[in-house]
Amino acid sequence: MSTTAPLDDKTLTELREIAARYPEARSGLLPMLHLVQSAQGRITPEGIEACAAILEISAAEVNGVATFYTMYKRHGVGDYHVGVCTNTLCAVMGGDAILERLKDHLEVGNDEVAVQRQGDSHTVSLEHIECNAACDYAPVMMVNWEFMDNQTPESAVQLVEALRAGHEVSSTRGPKLCTWREAERVLAGFPDGRADEGPSAGPASLVGLEIARERGWRAPDPTATPAIEAAQKEESGA
Amino acid sequence: MTTTPDKTVEKTDLVIVTIDGVQVSVPKDTLVIRAAEQVGVQVPRFCDHPLLAPVGACRQCLVDVPDAGNGRGFPKPQASCTLPVAEGMVVSTQVSSPVADKAQQGVMELLLINHPLDCPVCDKGGECPLQNQAMSNGRGESRFSDDRNRGVKRTFPKPINLSPMVLLDRERCIVCQRCTRFADEIAGDPFIALVERGVQQQIGIAEDAPFLSYFSGNVIQICPVGALTSEQYRFRSRPFDLVSTPGIAEHDACGSAIRVDHRRGAVLRRQAGDDPAVNEEWISDKDRFAFAYAQADDRLSYPQVRDDDGSLRPASWPEAFTVAARGLAAAREAGGVGVLTGGRLTVEDAYAYGKFARTSLGTNDIDFRARPLSAEETDFLASNVVLTGPGAGGVTYGDLESAATVVLVGLEAEDEAAAVFLRLRKSVRAGGTEVVSLAPFTTRGLAKLAARLVPTAPGDEAAALRALAGELDASSVLLVGERMAVVPGALSAAAEVAASTGARLAWVPRRAGDRGAIEAGCLPTLLPGGRPVADAGARIDVATAWGVEALPESPGRDADGIVAALVAGTLGGLLVGGVDPDDTADPAAARAAIDAAGFVVALDLRRTEVTDRADVVFPVAPTTDKSGSFVNWEGRVRSWEAALRNPASLPELRALAGIADELAQLGQGRPLGFRTVDEVRAEMAQLGPWDGARVELPATRVESAATQQREGGNSTVRLATWKQLLDNGSLQDGDKYLKSTARTPVALVTPDAYDRYGPTVTLTGDRGSMTLPAEICDDLVDGVVWVPANSVGDGVLADLASPGTTVTIAGAEGVHG
Amino acid sequence: MTDMLTPVLTDIWDAEQSWKLATYVDQGGYAALDVAFAMDPDDIITAVKDSGLRGRGGAGFPTGMKWSFIPQDNPKPKYLVVNADESEPGTCKDIPLMMGNPHVLVEGVIISSYAIRANKAFIYIRGEVVHVIRRVQAAVEEAYAAGHLGKDIHGSGYDLDVVVHAGAGAYICGEETALLEGLEGRRGQPRLRPPFPAVAGLYASPTVINNVESIASVPAIVKNGAAWFGAMGTEKSKGHGIFSLSGHVQKPGQYEAPLGITLRELLDLAGGVREGHQLKFWTPGGSSTPLFTDAHLDVPLDFEGVAGAGSMLGTRALQIFDDSVCVVRAVLRWTEFYQHESCGKCTPCREGTWWLTQALTRLENGQGSEADLDQLIDQCDNILGRAFCALGDGATSPVTSSIQYFRDEYLTHLSNGGCPFDPARSTAWAGTEVSA
Repeated sequence: MSTTAPLDDKTLTELREIAARYPEARSGLLPMLHLVQSAQGRITPEGIEACAAILEISAAEVNGVATFYTMYKRHGVGDYHVGVCTNTLCAVMGGDAILERLKDHLEVGNDEVAVQRQGDSHTVSLEHIECNAACDYAPVMMVNWEFMDNQTPESAVQLVEALRAGHEVSSTRGPKLCTWREAERVLAGFPDGRADEGPSAGPASLVGLEIARERGWRAPDPTATPAIEAAQKEESGA
Repeated sequence: MTTTPDKTVEKTDLVIVTIDGVQVSVPKDTLVIRAAEQVGVQVPRFCDHPLLAPVGACRQCLVDVPDAGNGRGFPKPQASCTLPVAEGMVVSTQVSSPVADKAQQGVMELLLINHPLDCPVCDKGGECPLQNQAMSNGRGESRFSDDRNRGVKRTFPKPINLSPMVLLDRERCIVCQRCTRFADEIAGDPFIALVERGVQQQIGIAEDAPFLSYFSGNVIQICPVGALTSEQYRFRSRPFDLVSTPGIAEHDACGSAIRVDHRRGAVLRRQAGDDPAVNEEWISDKDRFAFAYAQADDRLSYPQVRDDDGSLRPASWPEAFTVAARGLAAAREAGGVGVLTGGRLTVEDAYAYGKFARTSLGTNDIDFRARPLSAEETDFLASNVVLTGPGAGGVTYGDLESAATVVLVGLEAEDEAAAVFLRLRKSVRAGGTEVVSLAPFTTRGLAKLAARLVPTAPGDEAAALRALAGELDASSVLLVGERMAVVPGALSAAAEVAASTGARLAWVPRRAGDRGAIEAGCLPTLLPGGRPVADAGARIDVATAWGVEALPESPGRDADGIVAALVAGTLGGLLVGGVDPDDTADPAAARAAIDAAGFVVALDLRRTEVTDRADVVFPVAPTTDKSGSFVNWEGRVRSWEAALRNPASLPELRALAGIADELAQLGQGRPLGFRTVDEVRAEMAQLGPWDGARVELPATRVESAATQQREGGNSTVRLATWKQLLDNGSLQDGDKYLKSTARTPVALVTPDAYDRYGPTVTLTGDRGSMTLPAEICDDLVDGVVWVPANSVGDGVLADLASPGTTVTIAGAEGVHG
Repeated sequence: MTDMLTPVLTDIWDAEQSWKLATYVDQGGYAALDVAFAMDPDDIITAVKDSGLRGRGGAGFPTGMKWSFIPQDNPKPKYLVVNADESEPGTCKDIPLMMGNPHVLVEGVIISSYAIRANKAFIYIRGEVVHVIRRVQAAVEEAYAAGHLGKDIHGSGYDLDVVVHAGAGAYICGEETALLEGLEGRRGQPRLRPPFPAVAGLYASPTVINNVESIASVPAIVKNGAAWFGAMGTEKSKGHGIFSLSGHVQKPGQYEAPLGITLRELLDLAGGVREGHQLKFWTPGGSSTPLFTDAHLDVPLDFEGVAGAGSMLGTRALQIFDDSVCVVRAVLRWTEFYQHESCGKCTPCREGTWWLTQALTRLENGQGSEADLDQLIDQCDNILGRAFCALGDGATSPVTSSIQYFRDEYLTHLSNGGCPFDPARSTAWAGTEVSA
């Protein structure tokens, strides 16, 4: 375990800044804890104390919140936190097989960090995750909460190897992957300027639209709708 | 605020509901679960508690509601602990509805699937709501872990410490949140919280932040399972082996109802009693856990007399009576005997002291105040305190709830009057009361009351109070602490401000016996029943009742006067009970007085330095071993009967009666005329209260000079101090767990002072020096330092200086803490 | 007769940089704003009521009616909170919507806030979708820069601030009062109702909480009129909705169609079930809605149609499972999900999901007897309607519906001494391996 650097003044200032976004400071707690993770790699007792002091609530109350939400980690994760969706649909579509393959390959259990081998420039950790709202891309993986759609066991192994080797990897529907800590900073409400990377929509998102385009289907013409309504009224009246 | 004491609901707003076919009329907003109680139906429940806001978490209290009062029913069973009644509502509980019954049985079954089967070794077994309701509303056989379905129960390593005192067995917990709700809502100490999620959800603390609350023990009592236990009681006994006797807590002047649970002559635990008018269902940890002192090794169990070789030796009671009487008679001849009774007497024992002083010793030199005092206070007690009480113009707990403003003057309620603190917090949370405090800084207790601080250096209270007068009216209450005795003009200012604004006034002492001692005549100016010594009619009144010709006419010496007279040799002897010299205004002088006294008779529970210096020592009974009464700050009489029978343990009044008999033999006075608590109670009732004119408070005295120049690189600061709830007090002896929950003693300093003197400071006063870790207090009045009065060494009065005086402050170089 | 598919919210998704303000404005975006500002706020509420728009987050409560519950005589500030905590298994519409068309949400937020007279709005997005959060953050920033947010928007005198708030991993925060707890920095556990959020929601102030798609539907309603919206859909389920097809279909993805379309129609568009397989079971609205089978292909996918057939329209999350899938395995996995996501507040859900998981695990392993199925049904009966919120209810849906339709398959597990299915056959690559 690497030692954790104490929270610096910049982070403390930013924590206060988050609290100030809200009519009531405590609303800032979730993003503040994201920022603690960004700064320290996990939820530390120091981070809990700092949030409690800023929000004038007890450390126990902060601890209660930090242990409720699964994105908050009490143990460190890798530079790249790899999630495999094993909720029913993804599991059936191959998520279970992907998770098993990765556990074997990385020699880890759930929510553990793989050993950094000689030559690895980055660490990865593995976790099975619940439905991440990308079912039309099943089976789905997430890396630092960026979509990695339509995976197979082989692609998953290639992916984690590329991450460990430090190669540039992009989300299938998003930007070039940043580290987990950098992603946590975005969740804390400090944008990283990558919003314009990646496509408008992935291929599955567009299938319905493409069919509509092919067949010329569209929503009713607004200028024609009163007539439609009148016609309907007539029908029902008749 | 959504707590639901039904008594607060206007009786005029009644609604009629039908529960299990029985019509009942209940106040509007009554919860169905309590309306059901009115028709004799106990709906099973766990998370529900009448003094906590409803949560509807456990779902045990589901009932069927075929008609919500609007002709339509609820499609699903409803939690009766969160559902208010409505006119015409029809409710079917488990008694009449198979749906409700099945719902309850189902929830009970689910509660039990992860509950360990360790009832035989569980502290709660026998008084466990889960156990009891599983019997009344559950199924006998488990479907979860029967032969076919070998269900796996959730397990946790057990137990864990939430604090040095409170332990948690997570397996037993049903996460009803009563404890966390209590900590948050009632105590204001949310240091325990739900942590984790789902089936792993449990009660927890933050790392290195234990559940250190003055009220932590209440969560153990309200836990509906055996999840919370105390280090003190865990595995000590089974509920059905205990005998419970109602009692009154002896640690402060709140008069809190308690329950003393004992077995074979030993107290094993104390619980909060349920008294809606006083402490509701809560007590402080001191009231709950501090009782081992009465069973300490140094407890006196036989009389002693000073032998020819100068040592104390055991003596029979008759011998001790005789020796004491002879010595006191001689001392009376040699200038008289002073009587110092301490502040912990029952009102019956105090009455015996008062009568003994007047009739056996022929003196008014009697004072209960074993603490800093003043003549102004003596007058104030006679003019504004004695004989007030509920129904007699006195402020009550209930009045605190209805007051618009409560002003605390020299009273840190959380430390000095815990039940008052909780009631104030309740009023503040209900939104109707603002607490204003004249104090040197915002204490934790004041913060929890969302109190408005009127920053006041010790000594400046009179002026601060007068400045506040414009904001007060008949909806205000002034609560004045005993510390104001030594602030010249403060008590007079309080009385005048109350009189001029219509605000109501109450005096809140620290000790359980203080108020009763005033009523019983343990003051140099007051006879029993608030009769002024100076009033001839009052004296005749009492003399007639007591069957004596006359009572001493001149007002006596107060405690300081007695001490001074003993040192000067003008008094010949001392009768003293329960006084610790280190609590007195001048500990060195008190010691000198005892040494100088020609003859000393001491009555005490345990061996002390006073009993070591006495010529005759009588053991007296602790509150568990005798019946008695305290009069609390309200003036409410709080009586109890003895919990334990201990023939060797006699109340003070019996010892005093024995001495009086012997003195009478010597021609001094006459027998007291009682030997038992009941006889004293009867005599007091017959005497009754004074119905003559109340003594007027003398005109305003000189108030302490306005705050002097205290700043400017000058290293002197004014000393603010009071006793914390948990400290080195001798009544807390004997429980190491309780002791380790006390707050760490620190000196509170201003940020400037911290910068200047560093993290450890040495304070030096006219009585010595004290070195403490310093802690920054952001809103501490400039030029003031605060230290706990009895948490370090022999306490501030002995080791440092008198409260409110000036001490020097310096950084403690080279001190490692 | 409207077209089979009616792209409204999805219409811009195939545009280059569709998430940018400029792209949105090019396609007529933010035009509804001036229409709205020219209206009385109450008239907007009436228009949304008249449109028949019902909540797109699952429950289907009429949106305009929800807005009208806000007590305008309450002196406290009013708040709009967008529920973008899309987490219901199978549901994957709001995420691509916010990714591809965040400005329609922002515009909807502005109009909706104006209608309910809120000056502060929050978009609560689940935390596990960083890029979606980036896009919404950027859209809000662009909207401020363009004067669509902030003080005196478009010279209307109306002020609005929007905060984008990231969650942190809790399915339960999709429940609106749990979401409010999360937004207030607390554990996401549902609140007691009453009081309802419309009266005492965020910071105990009147609060409207609406799903992303509901709010995003508002600009077009305001611009095109209630009648235009009502021209789509069925009598009581009006308008367009995004249908998410996933699983064993040829073309999984998003299909924006009038409510009332059937799965048969959608499957036709999607090229049918996976080659060589038959439809076995499907969820009409996420895993919390009782399963359907091939007997339900012609059920109109609107609120009444689905309810009439014994399930719920929910979030139109159509998870399609073919005959390669073991229903017991599927249901067990969902049950494990509910156990993992149960907030812990109430007994039936916390303990009940623990028990259901164990009971189903035994059955999947072929242990137990037929009597256990009845006991499962009884356990579900002790959870459904007894839990504090709908999570517990939802947890029972797959269990009871699967036993209803596939009792024999459970029994086969028992007679077979375990699961008779080969999980490899159901994977996305199973077909390719066979053909390779």
